[in-house]
Amino acid sequence: MKKTYKIEVDCANCANLMEQAAKKIEGVASATVNYMTLKMYVEFLEGFDPAAVMPNVLRACRKIEPDCMIYF
Amino acid sequence: MTKKQKRVLCRIIVSAVGTVLLHLIPLPHLPKSILSLAVYFLIGYDILRKAFTGMRRRRMFDENFLMALATVGAIVLAFYQKSYDFAEAIAVMLFYQVGELFESYAVGKSRKSISELMDIRPDYANVEQDGCLTQVDPEDVTVGSTVVVHPGEKVPIDGVVISGCSALDTSMLTGESLPRDVGVGNDVISGCINMTGVLKIATIKEFGASTVSKILELVEQSGSRKSKSENFIGKFARIYTPAVCYGALALALLPPICNLLGGHGASWDVWIYRALTFLVISCPCALVISIPLSFFAGIGGASREGILIKGANYLETLSKVKTVVFDKTGTLTQGVFQVKGIYSNTLPAQQVLEYAALAEYASSHPISKSLQTAYGKEIDFSRVGEITEISGKGITATVDGVAVAVGNSRLMEWKGIPYANAQPVGTVVHVAVDGKYAGYILIDDGEKPTAKAAIDRLKACGVKELVMLTGDNEAVAQAVAASVGITQVHSRLLPADKVAKVESLLAKQSGPLVFVGDGINDAPVLSRADIGIAMGVMGSDAAIEAADIVLMDDDPQKIPKAIQISKKCLRIVYQNIVLALGIKFICLALGALGFANMWFAIFADVGVMVLAVLNAIRALQT
Repeated sequence: MKKTYKIEVDCANCANLMEQAAKKIEGVASATVNYMTLKMYVEFLEGFDPAAVMPNVLRACRKIEPDCMIYF
Repeated sequence: MTKKQKRVLCRIIVSAVGTVLLHLIPLPHLPKSILSLAVYFLIGYDILRKAFTGMRRRRMFDENFLMALATVGAIVLAFYQKSYDFAEAIAVMLFYQVGELFESYAVGKSRKSISELMDIRPDYANVEQDGCLTQVDPEDVTVGSTVVVHPGEKVPIDGVVISGCSALDTSMLTGESLPRDVGVGNDVISGCINMTGVLKIATIKEFGASTVSKILELVEQSGSRKSKSENFIGKFARIYTPAVCYGALALALLPPICNLLGGHGASWDVWIYRALTFLVISCPCALVISIPLSFFAGIGGASREGILIKGANYLETLSKVKTVVFDKTGTLTQGVFQVKGIYSNTLPAQQVLEYAALAEYASSHPISKSLQTAYGKEIDFSRVGEITEISGKGITATVDGVAVAVGNSRLMEWKGIPYANAQPVGTVVHVAVDGKYAGYILIDDGEKPTAKAAIDRLKACGVKELVMLTGDNEAVAQAVAASVGITQVHSRLLPADKVAKVESLLAKQSGPLVFVGDGINDAPVLSRADIGIAMGVMGSDAAIEAADIVLMDDDPQKIPKAIQISKKCLRIVYQNIVLALGIKFICLALGALGFANMWFAIFADVGVMVLAVLNAIRALQT
């Protein structure tokens, strides 16, 4: 399943790092962050509920960039 | 400017003024140090905080950490050297903040200008129900609803006009400035602006499947496919920053130790200062921001021209294209058949046409449409009977009780009727009346007026090979190819043959290959080519799905335009890579040798970023 989330982040490098962090979360098949449109595209693995996975993604991203936000 | 940006700007101004005042007013060491530190914390507190949290989370090497380390180091050095001059540390923070502010402002600006560009999303739909109008969210409109569009409003959902006539402004979708006239029975697509009259539309799709949703989805998702340059920069930034940090550490430790071993003075402060300068240069901001920004601006600028590009990777590939393969019908030609001539032996020409038009009236083939158009009169269905369609050959029917056969040479052979074996350029429709040959009608598909100019411009763009593929016969194919200026022609191809041809071309050529089609039954070829360009496909889901680049109107001149845009964009990308990396490496070298101080380093860092961002925004202008 693929989903798109609106995000807030201040610098382009942080966006790249968010992408790296999100990819490592269990249940995430792939993640792409588009800094220019402030969108995060997440593809979830079969059998994972986005609602359960996304809080972990946000937590991982917050570690990288305390100011960032993902709206889900 | 956002609130956040305004706050940063205030801090920048206050600390800049503070620094200048501190420099001008002579003060004893202690109050001067305290005031300087106050200014330093005012300008840099958020960076220090971020650096601290990053450190606690064991995530070194982000730019906040580097800036904090460099400036704190500079302050400690100032104490050690008893100069008590913190101007350098403040300046580094100050310019770093200026750079960040400029970056977020510029990105916000271009984000806004591109979203304005794509301001095609209709906000509401006027649904007519039981004679009264209600404004609803387009998402809630069901298929088959009646929607009223007033002048000045956007068509909310794809549909068919059921009453009224008007002119539609399609420029938001196609870049075409000429309004399109529509009347009852015409298809209208969502996103167009109704200009003159009130239109009543029966919706044929849901909002989610409408053109406007498809386009927005495509544009918004374009960033998820990253180009090689972007991936390169992403990887580079991950290696570069730690590498420079270790370089700085080596610079701080090795030369003094060597000096000590050699029996000279260690001069720790000199080398630590150089190492700190190193750290200031280590931020990869200019690269990390300007490359995606260039692609974003390039894709945004292209969409303003009615060229939708699905990802930065396609923009990158397009700039290197060497081979362009065209489908003929609907791409180089108009895809609309027209009767060019009627050749009869016994009957008057008009009567031959009348027989053919009547016999073919039930057929949906484009050729039959052209016969109806040429005939131009209302068809009296009662005159026609016993219609039999013989697949691949033609049609037999009775008109006014007389047997009529209309079709190709195979039909004539099958019927045993001798026919004129003419080989003119175009499609020949033979007509036999009452078992006797009556003549033939020549039908032709006119080439697009801009086709030749498009081919010429492609050649000027550096495209080496131009190939035309068609299912049509050799004579027609050669004639079209010759008149537009293509030398390589492959005719009489079935859709599967086209895939095979493209594959053999892919195997032998060196540069990327582009296939241009009109999206009708060439989806497999579109997806097989390095880049598939579908043209004039407003409303055709399959083509939008299969193609990598979608041209909103069917003007072939948009193809060289797209290549030019991609070339310009890539040129900007390379300029930025060379500019940013070149200046960084020069600064690193100068810093290590002691020619560059911190002022120079931060000026170079922020300066390069500003230049790179300004350069990137240039890609928006097509």
